[in-house]
Amino acid sequence: MTAVSSTAAPARRREPISNANLLTCISVGIFLLMYITAIITLGGGFNKPQQIFDILNNNAHLIIIACALTIVMINGSIDISVAGVVALVSMVTVMFLKGKLWPAEGMSDGVRVALAACIALGIGLLFGLVQGALIAYLDIQPFIVTLAGMFFARGMITIVSVDPLQLTVKEEPGILEIIQKRIEMYFLGSPNKKGVIIPARMEIGVIVALLVVIIIAVMLRKSKLGRHFYAVGGNRQSALMLGINVRKTRFSAHLISSLLAGLAGFVFMMHNVSGNATNATAGEMDAIASSIIGGTLLSGGVGNVIGTFFGVMILATIKLIVVASGLREPWWQTITTGAMLCFFILLQSVILSRRGKGRPALPAWMKFRKE
Amino acid sequence: MAEQKKNLFFYRNSQLIVPLVAIGLLLVFNLIRDPSFFSVSIGTNNDGNPVLQGNLVSILNGASELAILAMGMTLVTAASGGQDISVGCLAAIAGSVFVKVLRAGEITGWSVALGILLCCLVAMVFGCFNGTLVSVFKIQPMIATLILFTCGRSIAYWINGGATPTVSSPIITAIGSFIPGIPVPTPILIVILVGILFTVAFRLTTLRLYIQTVGINQGAAKLNGINPLRIKLLAFIILGACCSVSGVIGVSRLSLINHETLLLNVEMDAILAVAIGGNNLGGGKFNMIGSILGAYAIQALTITLYAMKVPSTDVKAYKAIVIILLVVLGSPVVKDAFRRLRIRLSGGRLTAGKGAL
Repeated sequence: MTAVSSTAAPARRREPISNANLLTCISVGIFLLMYITAIITLGGGFNKPQQIFDILNNNAHLIIIACALTIVMINGSIDISVAGVVALVSMVTVMFLKGKLWPAEGMSDGVRVALAACIALGIGLLFGLVQGALIAYLDIQPFIVTLAGMFFARGMITIVSVDPLQLTVKEEPGILEIIQKRIEMYFLGSPNKKGVIIPARMEIGVIVALLVVIIIAVMLRKSKLGRHFYAVGGNRQSALMLGINVRKTRFSAHLISSLLAGLAGFVFMMHNVSGNATNATAGEMDAIASSIIGGTLLSGGVGNVIGTFFGVMILATIKLIVVASGLREPWWQTITTGAMLCFFILLQSVILSRRGKGRPALPAWMKFRKE
Repeated sequence: MAEQKKNLFFYRNSQLIVPLVAIGLLLVFNLIRDPSFFSVSIGTNNDGNPVLQGNLVSILNGASELAILAMGMTLVTAASGGQDISVGCLAAIAGSVFVKVLRAGEITGWSVALGILLCCLVAMVFGCFNGTLVSVFKIQPMIATLILFTCGRSIAYWINGGATPTVSSPIITAIGSFIPGIPVPTPILIVILVGILFTVAFRLTTLRLYIQTVGINQGAAKLNGINPLRIKLLAFIILGACCSVSGVIGVSRLSLINHETLLLNVEMDAILAVAIGGNNLGGGKFNMIGSILGAYAIQALTITLYAMKVPSTDVKAYKAIVIILLVVLGSPVVKDAFRRLRIRLSGGRLTAGKGAL
């Protein structure tokens, strides 16, 4: 017995770390490095735990749609309708909570919020069913279908309501109290100028987002459907040969993605309490970028949501650092984000090709010796 | 023999059916709705020059930037099997450089030429950057161009120092709207010029063959002595040049550069044009005429919706429905079903079918 375990243990240790895990480790490492550097050099807000919670509060919806994108990308597909769905859901739910969709006088505030959540998931479900069916069963390119989904969602926002809507304390005090509930953590608080401890505040949406990350991480690793996602994304033909229902798997991926987008829309609404056509602009690209930074490959079959979570955190931290380091012109934030993205993408490419074939595919004049 | 030739003709041009049907349906719809949609008249503009007016002209005119971008996008799609999502941002950068050069001194024919040359060069350098990421570092095109998509418009903003400057000159107006004495809008002429350039390039060089070869099988292309890296890089550089031409047209139309709104969301439309044109977004064979027709179909749809008094913010939703209808019609499953139906009607002459996947 002991002999078996002692021979098995070193064999397992020698097994090389998988590409996805390596990329995730890199993104976690870079996030920690970046944050610690920010604490040391910039100080200020970065010293307080509240900063982390601020990042989480502001990006809870992005974490959820990035997870959705990760699932779809692992499956070898793409979904660029997510941010449109987020914006549409936030608009429709705000309209519902203001009683403009249909008058809801008899209901208590709690029931109305619960119904709004149902509406959010319902919109996500509808998008998922249509897009999934078109992609999986009609074999249409996912990019085109979800592009149309994005156009449709963005167009519907202004059809539903031309004017931006906002939940206000004056009109809907009860609802605002429910959806803006903060979880206060005194042990992570920091004293303000008068010496009073201000607790770290976290929104409910953050808990939802973290739950989504954990559930999807477990699902991808443990469940049959999760393994099927990897198999279909890695090689569709071999997955078919293995007896996996490829169409059903692709359909499920898009269904889950749009459902998550609906949920993200509700979380976004809880944070911003407003409906506007410009909500979550270019959110799909942020989500894709986060997934990539976290180590998901667009070609499919590789990725994991823990990395995606840190991808969102990295993107948000970059923006904060740029602002904190005094580059206040409006263009620096995005230019730096682009440069960082470039760095990560290049790093991934070099690491993967080094592990794959020994050397990156450099052109002839950059090679040191002839092959 | 004749039948075989005819079949070959249909096979080669079958991918043009979707964009042609789309344009045809839109025109018929307009004919039924309001025949005056088709009226083309010659009016005079503010300078007293004769100009063509009418919805058809504005379809052809308005789609100019998109058509040029679609041509470049077709090459990139075919060669690399992916799409460039930074074209709108590249056009904004090119437009900024153009305006920057023009505002450096007095606007003469030479300075405009220098501006076009420089912005073309800058856009080609950025295209080269994208192409290097895609070909040398083997990054998927969408990811590689995500970098410029993220920061391109900010770079355009930065070039002009955070302002949205205007340039007013008769030469710029001539590029953007009409050359005095010629009633056809100049952007249409520029599209024709670019089209001729591509046609000549395809006739005289092996560009088309090489791009298709690389797109279909990169390994096989390499074994046949084609350098896939160079071909992909070339495709991206050509797309960069197309972006700069679109940027110059876009700037000249309004005589100003607005880095936020110049050719906004055009990258999505350009990819759509390529897809409607029946090109496989996974690379390989391409049909550039299909992409150009796709661009005009998209513009025809937009103009039709405007003519129906649909607010500009709502256009997207209707566009989405039409796109879905088009791609459903063009999808392999539906095409297969149609084929089977036709065979059944013609008496059960079953040919070898495609696989289910």
